[in-house]
Amino acid sequence: MSDASLHSTPISGAAAGEPELRDYFALLKPRVMTLVVFTALVGLVVAPVPVHPFVAAVSILFIAVGGGAAGALNMWWDADIDAKMRRTARRPVPSGRVSPGEALGLGLALSGISVVMLGLASNIAAGLFLAFTIFFYAVIYTMWLKRWTPQNIVIGGAAGAFPPAVGWVAATGGLSLEPILLFLTVFLWTPPHFWALALFVKSDYADAGVPMLTVTHGPDSTRRHIIAYALILAVPALAIAATPIGGPVYLVSSLALNAAFIRGAWIVSRRSTADAEADHFAAEKGLFKLSLYYLFLQFGALLIDASLRSAGVLPAWGWL
Amino acid sequence: MIRAEHELHKRRRGRNFGVGALLLGFAAIVFGLSVVKITNLGPTEGFDHVARPQLEMRAADQDAGNGG
Repeated sequence: MSDASLHSTPISGAAAGEPELRDYFALLKPRVMTLVVFTALVGLVVAPVPVHPFVAAVSILFIAVGGGAAGALNMWWDADIDAKMRRTARRPVPSGRVSPGEALGLGLALSGISVVMLGLASNIAAGLFLAFTIFFYAVIYTMWLKRWTPQNIVIGGAAGAFPPAVGWVAATGGLSLEPILLFLTVFLWTPPHFWALALFVKSDYADAGVPMLTVTHGPDSTRRHIIAYALILAVPALAIAATPIGGPVYLVSSLALNAAFIRGAWIVSRRSTADAEADHFAAEKGLFKLSLYYLFLQFGALLIDASLRSAGVLPAWGWL
Repeated sequence: MIRAEHELHKRRRGRNFGVGALLLGFAAIVFGLSVVKITNLGPTEGFDHVARPQLEMRAADQDAGNGG
């Protein structure tokens, strides 16, 4: 064999489908990671214990990496159903750009690194809490419940609701009422958020055989579930205003956002599938969009109140 | 003869630089954390085979505080 022939032979499996760094990054579900980063940041900043800015930044980074690791493990396990859904078919594993073994290896390695580094940067309790969060999302939700129960989104929502509490534990080393209310807010927000999406992309879940509520119980039942969750969600969301992390900005924002969300959910709950198809699911799409603003603005309001409190503005107004 | 430069190296150059940058970033984080943790400990002092009266006084104070 000549030198030329040796070096012109392509390495097997490394042709046009060679994975790039961005494919590995896509395994970490960067869009979900932005929610994790934002809510964990709020949990850490509103906690009553000051944290060194570098330690805070490193803690948030590794909470995000932990969330990404859980995403990679989810993509490894779910590659078969991801391939059947239009929304997920182009993900790195089902498209063949990254092998399942690489996704598993990356997920496990980043899980270990993120847990150890969060434990070292903040405290052991936060590291263990992050490990539990990864386990909950990757094993309890992805491997066990997602394909088994139409309440999959409710249970999976818990995994996405842990980050603000992890951020709080990273700052304080313990749990209290405030992080539990933050958890409940994200936990109860997730089902109506995803069911609104599932109402207008339901055919994808049906094709993949995922027991989404819209598939198993139909759109009418899903609409009733959405309004029920929107009403229950308002309880912990408004209760936060009465805790030491609440403030006037949060109170006003939360009242307005919960009223708007309940109104949107009520409109969706009163519509039939024929109504929705007639205007191309305008109300459902509107509720989904509103749900994104709802969470971002409520947590943003908490950040504003925390800034006003640390600047001495709220105490000057007599608001503790 | 084996050439140092293989077409595989060219193809994977971007990825290798990316991994290198991530490793450098990780080292910077560990270094930064070490600096922050150590500087936040406050002044530290230990026995180093030299007579340090302030250490003995502190130990005596602690003994007194413990009722010893």
